[in-house]
Amino acid sequence: MEITKSLMLELYEKMLLNRIVEEEMAKLVIEKKIFGALHLGIGHEALSVGATLPMRKDDYLVFSHRGVGHSLTKGIPPSQIVGEFMGRSIGCSKGKGGVHLSDYSRGVLGISGSQGGNFVIAAGAGLRAKMKGTDQVAMCFFGEGTSNRGPFHEGVNMAAVWKLPVIFVCENDTYSFSTHQKQVMLIDNVADRAASYGIPGVVVDGNDVLAVYQAVNQAVERARAGEGPTIIEGKTYRWCGHHEFEDGTKYRDKAEIEAWKQKCPIIRVEKQLINYGTATKKELKQIEEQVKENIQKELELANNSPVPKPEELFTDVYANPEVFQRGISL
Amino acid sequence: MREITYAEALNEALREEMERDDTVFIMGQDVGKFGGIFGVTKGLYEKFGQKRVRDTPLSESAIIGGAVGAAAAGGMRPVCELMLADFVGVCVDEIYNKAGKWKYMHGGTPDISIVVRAPMGAKGGGGSEHSQCPEALFMHGTGLKMLVPSTPYDAKGLLKGAIRDNDPVVFFEHKLLYVLKGQVPADDYLVPIGKAAVRKEGTDVTILAYSLMVHKAIEAALTLEEQGISAEVIDLRSLIPLDLETIFTSVAKTGRVVIAHEANKRGGMGAEISAVISEQCFKELKGPIARVAAPDVPIPFSPDLEQLYLPNAEKIITGVKLVLEK
Ligand SMILES: Cc1ncc(C[n+]2csc(CCOP(=O)(O)OP(=O)(O)O)c2C)c(N)n1
Repeated sequence: MEITKSLMLELYEKMLLNRIVEEEMAKLVIEKKIFGALHLGIGHEALSVGATLPMRKDDYLVFSHRGVGHSLTKGIPPSQIVGEFMGRSIGCSKGKGGVHLSDYSRGVLGISGSQGGNFVIAAGAGLRAKMKGTDQVAMCFFGEGTSNRGPFHEGVNMAAVWKLPVIFVCENDTYSFSTHQKQVMLIDNVADRAASYGIPGVVVDGNDVLAVYQAVNQAVERARAGEGPTIIEGKTYRWCGHHEFEDGTKYRDKAEIEAWKQKCPIIRVEKQLINYGTATKKELKQIEEQVKENIQKELELANNSPVPKPEELFTDVYANPEVFQRGISL
Repeated sequence: MREITYAEALNEALREEMERDDTVFIMGQDVGKFGGIFGVTKGLYEKFGQKRVRDTPLSESAIIGGAVGAAAAGGMRPVCELMLADFVGVCVDEIYNKAGKWKYMHGGTPDISIVVRAPMGAKGGGGSEHSQCPEALFMHGTGLKMLVPSTPYDAKGLLKGAIRDNDPVVFFEHKLLYVLKGQVPADDYLVPIGKAAVRKEGTDVTILAYSLMVHKAIEAALTLEEQGISAEVIDLRSLIPLDLETIFTSVAKTGRVVIAHEANKRGGMGAEISAVISEQCFKELKGPIARVAAPDVPIPFSPDLEQLYLPNAEKIITGVKLVLEK
């Protein structure tokens, strides 16, 4: 496929948006405006953006705990994402989910808090598309650590044997919390497991947004054509701790972290844009200014949003609210 | 005795039992060099090595199922750490069906001498899948024991007992208790499994609680005392087996009962305990039993809603007044 200037600029803009929103969220943790665990995807942007952008608005997205970038790229406004993490009513899950971001008008189905629940749910979304005869696809993001859970096998195998339109995207950042991949797997590539399901497995440089975009795009086309699922694995690195309660230096070398920062996916695309003469520094600066301005407005929206009303505690439990029995409430 | 935290007390129990018995070993995620996400296994990897302090893949079925297999195959005493109690959801088969039934349905031969440690409870902003207290799930199970210590002293004494026990023990630790300090002997001791503790004596009403809720119940009882109401607070410590004797003795004295737990009410611990009391102490009861528990909704993320959701001392006081009026 052809890589146009507008596509490259869009990737660049979305990656910047992803990065800056997450940097702002890290500050909100320090200000105690974001509670609970925040798992930043800083460093992963080529995957969160490059693999989400090939999707249509009506395609299904299931991601992991590191899902801010994917949600932004799928079009959820930053105010609704940040607001969700702040527990405000503007949040895309009404402040009831926190890390459980969702937006059913944009195909964002959510995340499984117990790691690994995502594989089978994505297979189910693919099953729905297939049964309805639409050409939608489902995209399932996961970490290499989570690929060791049983539902990986069950979800991928079922998607393979039924030729479901699912793309399984592994964001391999080598560490599952403090645990190095080598401690828990004897193979280097999660994508190699595809062979045992009879489907394609593709490994890409997960910091090269163009490579990610192209590989995923191909898998999406294959899925839309009814040829079934693909596993795509991007090698990348998380710059921060597993979550914002720890900084990731207890089990990783500072030198290793620094070396990966040198491979920043955003600087990489910036250089490509400028070196190929596709865009000027000035153009890129303008994009950055716009992104920042927009984020400030969105943050304000989140910050000004009220907390959920007390009665919200008791809504949304059942489709038919009359089923809900509040009982004696003390 | 000296003052140490609940997490340190658990760490000591593990260390002492591993020194005493080389069939004891640990399995879990990030329990090795990292020391576990709440620091409970700190230093054990350095002391006992990776053979006995095993970092596992992110594979809960394999952690618990592997423990059951190692125990059943003969004489091993694995202690498993689930990163959070919520994740029992992905290994219920291994706990509920394997650990709890493998002995009975194989004619009593294998001892499933395993411990499953799991940090439970809401600590602010954990949301629906990272804050739960799932003890009621296992209350309905068979063949399991279940412990819920509320103090550092009990944490150490009960964990040591659980490790030596020949039956599978589910051991729930409330996340907010890890930093709680208390007096703990530096040497070997056991807290008997199946014995409740009377934390405060009283004559008007019995409050039954466990884990973090014991502290809320004591807080409530102290406030009630100022208002002239004498509440007895019982820390159950062990849910399976339940210390019926201590419960019944107290009910005979007060005739009024409030049961407090953090998990939601329907089908919760309160339902079972209240059923047992009405079956066996109906004549001693002066009125209906009250359950102070969370509403039957998933735990909301928003910290404001979470506060509304959680039972606390104030709600226990309301419960006590309710049973005293009736
Ligand atoms: C069933 C289950 N076990 C453990 C956890 C705790 N946990 C959350 S994320 C995580 C590590 C996941 O690693 P990986 O899949 O590689 O993704 P990454 O964090 O590297 O993006 C763990 C152990 C969980 N949420 N669910």
